[in-house]
Amino acid sequence: MSDTRKQDIILAGVGGQGILSIAFVIDSAALKEGFHVKQAEVHGMAQRGGAVTSHLRLSEARIWSDLIPRGGADLILSVEPLEALRYLDYLKPDGRIVTSSAPFINIPDYPDQADLLRRIKVLPGSVVVDSDALAKEAGSGRAQNTVMLGAAARYLLPREETLREFVRVLFERRGEKILEANLKAFELGRQASA
Amino acid sequence: MSMEILLGDEAVGLGAVHAGLSGAYSYPGTPASEIMEYLIRIGRGASFKAAWSVNEKTAFEEALGCSYAGKRAFVSFKHVGLNVAADPFMSAALTGANGGFIVCSGDDPSMHSSQNEQDSRFYAQFALIPCFEPADHQEAYDMAREAFELSERVKLPVMIRLTTRLAHSRAGVETRPPRPENEIRTGARQCWTLLPGNARVQFKRVLDLQPELVRYASESPFTRLELQPDDRRLGIIASGLGYNYVRENLEGSGLRPSILKISVYPIPEDLVRRLVEHCDTILVAEEGYPLIERQIRGLFGIPGKILIGKMSGHLPLQGELTPETVRAALGLAPLARRTAGDLPLANRPPQLCVGCPHADTFKALKKALEGQPGATIFSDIGCYTLGYFPPHNAVDSCVCMGASVGMAHGASRAGVHPAVGVIGDSTFGHSGITALLSAATADANMVLVILDNCTVAMTGTQPSFSTGRRLLEIVRGVGVPAERLRVITPLPKFHEENVRVLREEIAHPGLSVVVAVRECLEEAKKKNKLGGAQ
Repeated sequence: MSDTRKQDIILAGVGGQGILSIAFVIDSAALKEGFHVKQAEVHGMAQRGGAVTSHLRLSEARIWSDLIPRGGADLILSVEPLEALRYLDYLKPDGRIVTSSAPFINIPDYPDQADLLRRIKVLPGSVVVDSDALAKEAGSGRAQNTVMLGAAARYLLPREETLREFVRVLFERRGEKILEANLKAFELGRQASA
Repeated sequence: MSMEILLGDEAVGLGAVHAGLSGAYSYPGTPASEIMEYLIRIGRGASFKAAWSVNEKTAFEEALGCSYAGKRAFVSFKHVGLNVAADPFMSAALTGANGGFIVCSGDDPSMHSSQNEQDSRFYAQFALIPCFEPADHQEAYDMAREAFELSERVKLPVMIRLTTRLAHSRAGVETRPPRPENEIRTGARQCWTLLPGNARVQFKRVLDLQPELVRYASESPFTRLELQPDDRRLGIIASGLGYNYVRENLEGSGLRPSILKISVYPIPEDLVRRLVEHCDTILVAEEGYPLIERQIRGLFGIPGKILIGKMSGHLPLQGELTPETVRAALGLAPLARRTAGDLPLANRPPQLCVGCPHADTFKALKKALEGQPGATIFSDIGCYTLGYFPPHNAVDSCVCMGASVGMAHGASRAGVHPAVGVIGDSTFGHSGITALLSAATADANMVLVILDNCTVAMTGTQPSFSTGRRLLEIVRGVGVPAERLRVITPLPKFHEENVRVLREEIAHPGLSVVVAVRECLEEAKKKNKLGGAQ
């Protein structure tokens, strides 16, 4: 069993941040490389500015559950720091967190930001990236999700080249400028997590 | 064969199309909306008709007419939508199906996006029709195809029951070549006319079919009984997603229970009996209410056997199953995991988008009602229900589609003043119209605020049947006088004026309707993306 390559990923963020686009890229890349894929996502009411997660499971073997068991996730990939912590009990003891440090504040009781980041940084295996600054540097403030995908790329099962291929597929139809910004966002994220 | 990555919703839809679908109807509702979204998307230029209907009852009846014509028909909605369609649903079991007829109901255990958790399998049992319950995407596709075959063989509507988790997860599905559509062939009028004399004959037919349906469920390839000849300790009966959570947890656990996977209802009694006879302890893992568990437990249990599940407290009665709850029911220790400790995790509930027209309407309405402690705002179901949360704190009810109008009417009769109903344009068309007709006839002392944002916003901006000029004409048409029908534009710059209009109508001792018109931001964004209005 232990030689079966598999990876369970919790994608986290707030409705509208582009979680499902990240899922699309990882899914498609994994599928192309021959993995089984299951991806549970949130639709409807919760998408309106609420906390949003997607359970993404990749495996060489058959995948039974659509949900990752608590304690089963290899990776939490979050586009927002508070949301990175919300699903901590899904993470394996030796699991990793890759998160943005840029808060999405749409609630009155958002915790103290400095404290929040301090708590994330002390977690073993955590990688914190300023997706806001890097997305702007890449030329599109909306590309924070792609920055975070890039930041996680080295820890994902599908190869970076395959991931990049599906970033292309995702953004191609939105015009050259947006595509270029997202490819750059992916690259900046990738470098930032080194 | 080819492989596609599909949502559970899409897998059912594609299965229906490949089975020779001719007509599909639906009203949006989470978790079922994506079935029709998908059918409309892939149906462009195809010969089958896929369309949104004004409500679930109408959708059901449109599909029923299609089945009457001998064509394969499909209707889908969320679980509470089946309540709206329940009248034709119960009787359609008696008319029977002519062309294959699938009723696909999306249940929402855990209430991710719903006001209750009801379990549609009970409706199938109530109507005495077969029900398929897929556990994964491949089954969702295959069962849609098989359900049409069964429907035409036994001439009954057949239900497919989905739950949120499967409806909204993606996985690969192997598809098969499509089958052509049926030729037109209308039904027999004595079957389709449920006058008492005909209905009695038809009901007897449905009752007489039951043993055959039970046999079908037992013999279905989707149903599986795996007995462990040398281990009698534990037997598991699992259905739908419950089956997946069982298998997930068994891997590497050392447990080797006997397993009965139930995938088709009515419950395959002989297989249940074989499992129960074989095992000492039986765990029932099913998503939703304890339908299987109650049926096999009876009133007093099974002599000599231990039956565990939701009714025994081994699994929670509320909410959807999870890998963890099923793990605990199997007696396995929890996986080691990180804990959040004392980290401050503020909740992040869904909320109105920044700049949403509803927020401006609520602001004006709250201002207009200031100083009137008896004021009650009866809300309906839609994005505007989020007006319940701070900072708006603007609504006092959310019960079911269309309820706001009737509730405001009833409360005004009971002496509540001011009684204000709040309803969206699509929900008004869905089931607000008849309640407004009633209120207009009575000239009830209430104000109805119709929030016309030109779309069905919460479920993803599907088209609304009762928006714009048509909405105003409907309101006038049910008998609201022109001077009591006011239109406002919910924008900050019109705040004072809107407060004044609302105050005037609240002061009027009879029925008023105020229509607040401004396009949903998401809808506007979508149109911009498409390069202007379509």
